[in-house]
Amino acid sequence: MPDFDPLFFAEVLVGGLLAGVMYSLVAIGFVLIYKTSRVLNFAQGSMVLLAALTFVSLLERGVPFWASLLLALAAMVLLGLAIERTVLRPLVNKPPITLFMATLGLSYVIEGVAQLVWGTQVHGLDLGIDDKPFEVGGILISKFDLVAAGIAAAMVALLTGFFRYTRIGLAFRAAADDQFAAFAVGLRLTRIWATAWVAAGVVALVAGLLWGARLGVQFSLSFVVLKALPVLVLGGFDSIIGAIVGGLIIGAGEKLSEVYIGPFFGGGIESWFAYVIALVFLLVRPAGLFGQQLVESA
Amino acid sequence: MNASASRFPRWLSPVALLAVAYGVLPLVGSSYLFEAILTPFLALSLAAVGLNLLTGYAGQVSLGSAAFMAVGAFAAYNFNLRVHGLPLLASLVLAGLVATALGVVFGLPSLRLRGFYLAVSTLAAQFFVEWALTKFSWFSNNNPSGVIDAPSLRIFGFSFDSSIGRYLFALTIVVVLTGLAQRLVDTQTGHNFIAVRDNELAAKVIGVPVLRTKLLAFAISSFIIGVAGALWAFAYLRTVEPAGFNLDRSFQIVFIIIIGGLASIRGAFFGAALLAVFPLILSRVGSYLLGDRFDSGVLDMSQRLVLGSLIIFFLIAEPDGLVALWDRLKRRLLPMPNNP
Repeated sequence: MPDFDPLFFAEVLVGGLLAGVMYSLVAIGFVLIYKTSRVLNFAQGSMVLLAALTFVSLLERGVPFWASLLLALAAMVLLGLAIERTVLRPLVNKPPITLFMATLGLSYVIEGVAQLVWGTQVHGLDLGIDDKPFEVGGILISKFDLVAAGIAAAMVALLTGFFRYTRIGLAFRAAADDQFAAFAVGLRLTRIWATAWVAAGVVALVAGLLWGARLGVQFSLSFVVLKALPVLVLGGFDSIIGAIVGGLIIGAGEKLSEVYIGPFFGGGIESWFAYVIALVFLLVRPAGLFGQQLVESA
Repeated sequence: MNASASRFPRWLSPVALLAVAYGVLPLVGSSYLFEAILTPFLALSLAAVGLNLLTGYAGQVSLGSAAFMAVGAFAAYNFNLRVHGLPLLASLVLAGLVATALGVVFGLPSLRLRGFYLAVSTLAAQFFVEWALTKFSWFSNNNPSGVIDAPSLRIFGFSFDSSIGRYLFALTIVVVLTGLAQRLVDTQTGHNFIAVRDNELAAKVIGVPVLRTKLLAFAISSFIIGVAGALWAFAYLRTVEPAGFNLDRSFQIVFIIIIGGLASIRGAFFGAALLAVFPLILSRVGSYLLGDRFDSGVLDMSQRLVLGSLIIFFLIAEPDGLVALWDRLKRRLLPMPNNP
């Protein structure tokens, strides 16, 4: 290995942090649903795929950009409502692990439907953000990553404001605190769950557009769920801040380890290294960085 | 166990099943039946028996079954290749033990983590094993794409290389291990599994060694899943690459025990039967209805769609799986005289 170069280290670190923001983007969708309904939604990845695939397919059929965006948004809203109605409501009060298995099935259904409707070919997606790196203090930074980070920040600000200042946001927090108490004071839990799934669908659309522009819109887009899981474990399933910090740690850890540790293993370790970071961390703090409590077994 | 003993002795249905499996099927079955349906069915059933011990009985959710199948397959291959004169059965047992060792290592997080956190941590096993088997070509005897070819199946000089032979080979191993698993769940250890699943604290209070029980569940389950992986590679596919044991395979095993019935040894077989047969039915029906438009891509996606819907349907409508359906059907068809 060559001598340690602080500038190169900084560049890898910044690249990793920005990549981590992309993970956080997916993880936030999980957190929204977990906070309100205590469901770990494995289907979040396939929702990302469905959203991106719907958008790009409409675009390719000549639908204007904003109309495609609105239609994809509408599709995600309908999906969220349908899931609450057909999957969540019949399974209410079942053990959390049963609901998790249901979302596993759900992810298969969504992937199947998305590709039966729109086909299985790979689509390129150009959002008009050019990916030319530019230099800051000797460090190369990707403009695309920076824009993605900005969008993620805006989304977090929006969600935080929504939770803090709106009536439905207050209801969200009540349901997250204590479902039974929320129900007892007359909050309609089914409506809250539906809203949470719709919000997660919207987050999936944003994540889908950014990830799709990066990787191309194809089946493997649904694997971003596997990138988000260690982030969630690290940050705690019920904390948006945790999802952000977890994403940054995983992103930076992954890139740094790939560059500085990877060569000793022959490379390609990013498929599992995030899980090792998360696991080591969990052994010290079993509820994650910002998690509320230990998740009980089913 | 129940009143059915008054009409049929308990040993009757297993014996009848074995008689059909050993006596009737080899006489009437075609090689397509053995190669495309029964042998994969047996291997998947065995893997599901292993996972059901861990998840159904002991309550520890694992999403990494395929990793242990892969370890079993590749370990059996390497023992058979590198230790000259080692009997095939010995390599299978050793392969199971290697999977056991790895199962205990990846079971260690279960001592501190529960539920989702544990499920996510088992994904680490899935990705690590897939990576290691692809990355280090030693495991596949330096095959550039990591593919292994199964050796000839010979035991005590008898060759099991025909399609019926491979079926009988898989059947015998599955019968022996399933019998042991069925015994296990009736012992104190099996009851400890259930106690740990139902209430860890209560289990600890009544003196169940919780940590040891969890690791034991991981160990036994991994052994069985490892042998199932070796069967999948040696008796069914004959040529396997690490990608054949990917996350989809792990989910498939999870789906089998959900559809078949959690905490039921029979459930593993019911679920595996459904999952082995339904893609074939779907492909027939699909090409009949849609003709040429029903290509392999569409088949693959409709499979996902139907499978996912089945999971959701069973979780909502019949959480105890096909086994519960079957038992209800049996009660209706054969009413118990003393148990109306």
